[in-house]
Amino acid sequence: MASSSSTVIGKPTTELTMSPDAISVKKAAAARRRRARSYGALGQGSTWLISLITILALLALWWLATSLHWIKPLFLPSPRATFNAFVSALQGQTQGDTPLAQHVLISITRVMSAFVLAIVTAVPLGIAMGTSRIARGIADPIIEFYRPLPPLAYLPLIVIWLGIDESAKVTLIYLACFAPLAMASKAGVRSVAVEQINAARSLGASHWQVIRLVVLPAALPEILTGMRIAIGFGWTTLVAAEMVAATAGIGQMVLNASNFLRTDIVIMGIVVIGLLAYGIDVLMRKMETRLIPWKGKM
Amino acid sequence: MLEINNVSIEYAARKGPPSLALDNVSLSIAAGEFVVALGASGCGKTTLLNTIAGFIPATRGEVLLNGAPVEGPGHERGVVFQKHALMPWMNVVENVEFGLRLRKMPLHERRRIGLECLNKVGLLQSAYKQVYELSGGMQQRVGVARAIASSPSVMLLDEPLGALDAFTRESIQELLLNLWDESKGLFFFITHDVEEALFLATKLIIMAPHPGRVVHEMALPFARRYLETRNARATKASPDFIAARERVLTLVHETSSGGMH
Repeated sequence: MASSSSTVIGKPTTELTMSPDAISVKKAAAARRRRARSYGALGQGSTWLISLITILALLALWWLATSLHWIKPLFLPSPRATFNAFVSALQGQTQGDTPLAQHVLISITRVMSAFVLAIVTAVPLGIAMGTSRIARGIADPIIEFYRPLPPLAYLPLIVIWLGIDESAKVTLIYLACFAPLAMASKAGVRSVAVEQINAARSLGASHWQVIRLVVLPAALPEILTGMRIAIGFGWTTLVAAEMVAATAGIGQMVLNASNFLRTDIVIMGIVVIGLLAYGIDVLMRKMETRLIPWKGKM
Repeated sequence: MLEINNVSIEYAARKGPPSLALDNVSLSIAAGEFVVALGASGCGKTTLLNTIAGFIPATRGEVLLNGAPVEGPGHERGVVFQKHALMPWMNVVENVEFGLRLRKMPLHERRRIGLECLNKVGLLQSAYKQVYELSGGMQQRVGVARAIASSPSVMLLDEPLGALDAFTRESIQELLLNLWDESKGLFFFITHDVEEALFLATKLIIMAPHPGRVVHEMALPFARRYLETRNARATKASPDFIAARERVLTLVHETSSGGMH
């Protein structure tokens, strides 16, 4: 960096023993690393590469553990066997001769119909709970009682009432989705700024116009968060319910395979269930950025 | 004509007696006045504005607008808030025409008025932007445009410039005086900034806390002087402006320090 030929009056300059360039480059790099730690929020930065390496490492470990026969295939089949199970399941070779796509379709139809039912009922109820003392007084104790119950705890009752056909499963998922959605909508109403409501009223809005044109859109961010939680909860409940009482569906496929000790299908099923849940969540997040672009900006 | 007759406002306290936010306030304001309420926090100026707006009822007394009692909010009284009052799910012009939409005015008609009002506040080129893309000062201009879109006879402004920087503040002060001059309406403006109050007011109301009350009223010439000369700096730097500023500051200090403890 600085040239060493500069002189101080009255003294000759002395040469440095190490190249000043090499020293300063090393120091600058160290300083950059220190700065990266001391500035900005903790844990900032992109993680996709680290995550990708983690996934690949886990797959490699799985492959190693099976190809070196550390674990018997009965307990952990190889990645190749699992993939083969996936391919043949796509072609309909499962324990019940139902193709994988049909299992998935049945499960998704159950979740989606229950989810849509929950949206059209729980959101209005939540808004009503947030805006009306009477509605809150009536609905609060009911929802607060059943919300913490695991859905599988009341599944036997639903089976007694509705049998084991579709309506029982849809009802169960509907109930699982309903509580988080209603609570989120109620909380969303609370997050409306009083200035927004007063502004609308000063412009001549009726009570109903305030709810429809101000409260509902202002509550949308929290409603969408509630929808994400609800559909995640609905999906886990569904898979569990299909393992208790069903003749088709992705959960039933896994349980049935385990009865025949087809561990390859079990693992393949688990991976499919996980990927589908992840896909649903990605879709919900996409919807969030589409519907509420102002989130975090006001 | 806005009349406030012996208005008191009490808020229920959790325990003990209710607290008195406004104590027996009476004011009579003619159309065409620019009234500024000035006072330290806790003097009830926002409570007074909210009562005129119809957001909170008077515990005692009454507010009359052109002889009719105020019983709730109405679009003949436009309100501009300090912040958080725009609706981010609508774009700028949709926010401005929101009041007209509430009254079922057809789209092409309300869009024309909306754009006209945006033009008045100097934001025509931002009409189709999202409100969260605008700066704080531009958002307040949108708030003003939204209020004037309903052509109110009374404009109520609750510290609309409180969160803005000094330069933005001054340009919006001048904008407000222009709008007031053009509309010949009644403006009721709240601030705790003495210079702002002196510059804008034709009638200044000084309020004091504990309990909130009006302690002084005075007529001021500076708003009209600005509109004649179009020179804000000269108006604010004139000797009588400075003398008025010192007099008002002394009054505010005297009246608000007595009730603090």
